[in-house]
Amino acid sequence: MKTKGEIYRISGPVVIISGLNTKMYDVFKVGKEGLMGEVIGIEGDKSTVQVYEETSGIRPGEPVENTGMPLSVELGPGLLESIYDGIQRQLPVLKSSMGDFIQRGVTANGLSREKEWDFVPKVNKGDKVNPGDIIGTVQETQNIEHRIMVPPNISGTVDEIKSGKFKVDAVICTLAGGKELTMMQKWPVRKPRPVNKKLMPNTPLITGQRILDGLFPVAKGGTAAIPGPFGSGKTVTQQQLAKWSDTEIVVYIGCGERGNEMADVLSEFPELEDPKTGRPLMERTVLIANTSNMPVAAREASVYTGITIAEYYRDMGYDVSLMADSTSRWAEAMREISSRLEEMPGEEGYPAYLAARLSEFYERSGKVKALCGREGSITVIGAVSPPGGDFSEPVTQNTLRIVKVFWALDAKLAQRRHFPAINWLNSYSLYSKALEEWYSAKVSPEWVKLRKDPMELLQKEAELQEIVQLVGSDALPEDQQLTLEIARMIREYFLQQNAYHEVDTFCSMDKQYKLLKSITAWGNKAQNALEGGAAIEEIMKLKSKDDLAKVKFEKDFDSALSVITKRMEEEFAKLGGK
Amino acid sequence: MAKEYKTIREIAGPLIFVEKTEPVGYNELVNITLPDGTSKRGQVLDTSNDVVVVQVFEGTGGLNKECGVRFTGETIKLPVSKDLLGRILSGSGEPLDGGPRIVPEDRLEITGAAINPYARLPPKEFIQTGISTIDGMNTLVRGQKLPIFSGSGLPHNEIALQIARQARVRGSGEQFAVVFAAMGITNEEAQYFMRDFERTGALERAVVFLNLADDPAVERLITPRLALTAAEYLAYEHDMHVLVILTDITNYCEALRQMGAAREEVPGRRGYPVYMYTDLASLYERAGVVKGRKGSVTQFSILSMPGDDITHPIPDLSGYITEGQIVISRELHRKGIYPPVNVLPSLSRLMNSGIGAARTREDHKAVSDQLYAAYAEGKDLRGLVAIVGKDALSDRDKKFLEFADMFEDRFVRQGVDENRDIETTLDIGWELLSALPEAQLTRIDNKYIQKYHPAHRAKEKKE
Ligand SMILES: Nc1ncnc2c1ncn2[C@@H]1O[C@H](COP(=O)(O)OP(=O)(O)OP(=O)(O)O)[C@@H](O)[C@H]1O
Ligand SMILES: [Mg+2]
Repeated sequence: MKTKGEIYRISGPVVIISGLNTKMYDVFKVGKEGLMGEVIGIEGDKSTVQVYEETSGIRPGEPVENTGMPLSVELGPGLLESIYDGIQRQLPVLKSSMGDFIQRGVTANGLSREKEWDFVPKVNKGDKVNPGDIIGTVQETQNIEHRIMVPPNISGTVDEIKSGKFKVDAVICTLAGGKELTMMQKWPVRKPRPVNKKLMPNTPLITGQRILDGLFPVAKGGTAAIPGPFGSGKTVTQQQLAKWSDTEIVVYIGCGERGNEMADVLSEFPELEDPKTGRPLMERTVLIANTSNMPVAAREASVYTGITIAEYYRDMGYDVSLMADSTSRWAEAMREISSRLEEMPGEEGYPAYLAARLSEFYERSGKVKALCGREGSITVIGAVSPPGGDFSEPVTQNTLRIVKVFWALDAKLAQRRHFPAINWLNSYSLYSKALEEWYSAKVSPEWVKLRKDPMELLQKEAELQEIVQLVGSDALPEDQQLTLEIARMIREYFLQQNAYHEVDTFCSMDKQYKLLKSITAWGNKAQNALEGGAAIEEIMKLKSKDDLAKVKFEKDFDSALSVITKRMEEEFAKLGGK
Repeated sequence: MAKEYKTIREIAGPLIFVEKTEPVGYNELVNITLPDGTSKRGQVLDTSNDVVVVQVFEGTGGLNKECGVRFTGETIKLPVSKDLLGRILSGSGEPLDGGPRIVPEDRLEITGAAINPYARLPPKEFIQTGISTIDGMNTLVRGQKLPIFSGSGLPHNEIALQIARQARVRGSGEQFAVVFAAMGITNEEAQYFMRDFERTGALERAVVFLNLADDPAVERLITPRLALTAAEYLAYEHDMHVLVILTDITNYCEALRQMGAAREEVPGRRGYPVYMYTDLASLYERAGVVKGRKGSVTQFSILSMPGDDITHPIPDLSGYITEGQIVISRELHRKGIYPPVNVLPSLSRLMNSGIGAARTREDHKAVSDQLYAAYAEGKDLRGLVAIVGKDALSDRDKKFLEFADMFEDRFVRQGVDENRDIETTLDIGWELLSALPEAQLTRIDNKYIQKYHPAHRAKEKKE
């Protein structure tokens, strides 16, 4: 088949080529500089290519060449601790080959061809191997064992298996018939990797964030969306999840967002410790950074690059979480390209296939039995950036139809520095029920009930607030004034959590449980005291209440809490009541 | 010399369509010669063997099909040298001050390549602007992009100038420059800036690009790019810390919308192009600090919100790209408070890395959080008082109500030439907070209360 043609037209990232037949998603080298691009439309003898690099100066008539391959990523040891652009070029390699600014026409392998890895075989000559089977392991970082798998479309009998130090493209296994396997495999990013079967998510992703774990949990293998106007906390929340979630692997995609935010992650993650393993967080992380000023077509691809890498670790039997910040920028990249193609626009100019693309993406999450027989999962958490903070727009709406957890960020809360600015009245989790069993067994049998109370209380508060708006709080009966106070304690003492506070940035399940239990206990005692005739002014003045406000910041939480608990008992005993 | 074509097929708004050309490069710079011998410049927006679409920067007025079109074979470049400092240039980079042409040390592409995120250094150097609402609660750091969201008739120019005059990194005598780009502002406004630059001697350390209200709108699309190219050059080649002031981003966006309409593109929200986010990002993201280079580019641009509406696409998309925003309030302005910064919707996202024991003071974050919370509460209560009257408030609530007034009067309000250092700012904050019951200061660690709360400080002194 003819592989060479020429450029017919250029308009920004969209280049139309002519003179040869193409397939959808074929990757092309475009122009004299060989810029990478991908076929996204075919009409007659002309094909439309979205180009992943800047196209200034490119002229009609320049040559194009079909690589015959779809856009693919390289999968193998060395992914962890990497930082890539949207098409898996290593940013450090780009920096060393072209300096501090991103120039074009430079290629960089996803995986280093130089580095050697210690391969330990797990199969023997004569063994029959099937797609996904683990043939050996490599210690990729101190805590992550990289399991080298038979690629999804290959099976056979092991003819030869090696052991020792190899580069990723060296043959480490030969199957009968001569098929050779290396530690690296390639996979087209737009195609989900196969699994044995999908399972029901039933374990929570523990995030260390009280409002998430306590009120709106997401399950491992589940999906969540964080929509919110600018500056409401999407990125901070995503980064908190990337830092503290109890998954084994994290894939963080900075999709069309800020360069400084990525620089921040890069400087912070090697320093921070994984609370579970004590190792630097970077050792479990893959970063993809295609910032807002980097080419828009590569932004479109970045989300697929990320999810494919996530699937690869899931296939090894790991729990992976993927954060995409922001899926709206991804959708906008689609819209930009689509409008250059002069496609029929759908709602707000987005292409008609927006909903389909979003659901295909989120469908790649899930808890699964992998081909190798182990269980793995991908939790997908997408930030959504609705224009004007208006959730009725197409990206938010289409996302909400798919995801099971909704963390609604609220500009009002952010403005008063109530963080995380997640609105407790609008947000929801459809996993709460499915996770109850886990909580009862692992946290406390009381937990399920304990977490329902604040929800009811906050609901009640919202109703009372409406009355207060009309008559002022002093006009409320005393028991309702107390209800308002307890709700405020829940909001400020429990829900508020400062991501930048050395201690409070992460809160274990045990601490969450104890904190909530103490606040609830204080509330119950206060209500009893009031009913028993204590004056509300006296109750409000109790020192134990003020103490509860700050106990979450204490390094030695348990002993601080026990002091407070004691004081609380004493104070209420003094007040009398039932 | 490049071949001249006389094959303009169509002229539509700011665009010309040229046919029967040799292959022309995308984004190439174009020279157009009018029948009267004058010339205009343009840029290729779309190119194919059949037709080339060119946007003309000086507008298509006076053009006809007889004009000669030359494709220069290169993209738009700015001649740069250190002599740019002290110069006043037009919105397309021509000298306006009667001075000589710049003898270039280099000619730089004005679109500017993206900084490799791996090459960025996270900004963290505290810039003291001397304005309490900024330093205390929305701290600016070197390499940040922090625009002012304002409205017509509000004193954003005064504030921008006060910042340009007062901004310092403490304890550093490093080289400092201002790049100022006017986009579609009035001559009077431009004069206001120029006079202040002259009065304070800032002009010597400034590069000025002027595209005024009566200059062609299309030119506005390159003015900020010229300015940022000059800024990057001074920062990265000459180790200077550059403060870039672009004003008014809204005029830039209007020009963008006009171009989109001329090209008959499918419009996005409220008629603005669907690529406006990406386009704005290509300006705003040109701020930062690069590892291993001494200089930096900080952006403090002015954006007037149409109809004071922060959800309008221009402030909205900007807010999604910039690292926060300083919001100017008409209400405070009406009350006669300068600078009328409404801290509640304002934000500096890089604040946390620029403050604290090592950079400002250990209690900075806590004080700021507490001021925010208390002011927000006080403002809410104002709404309530309007309905139920002050008497219906509890004693606690009355204190918060008073706090909000004092906050505006003592913390927000300051003089146009009043340059407060950060300690003064924080101390004013403490003084205001000390009017609240101590138990209400839930955002502040006890150890800071012990150390900085006026009540405890006084005790300490006595002992
Ligand atoms: N949990 C938190 N603790 C403390 N501060 C927070 C928290 N969440 C958000 N913030 C504050 O809010 C600011 C804005 O948050 P963030 O950058 O995450 O917003 P965003 O929703 O990602 O905005 P954009 O859409 O513009 O990217 C942060 O810089 C920080 O000051
Ligand atoms: Mg963000």
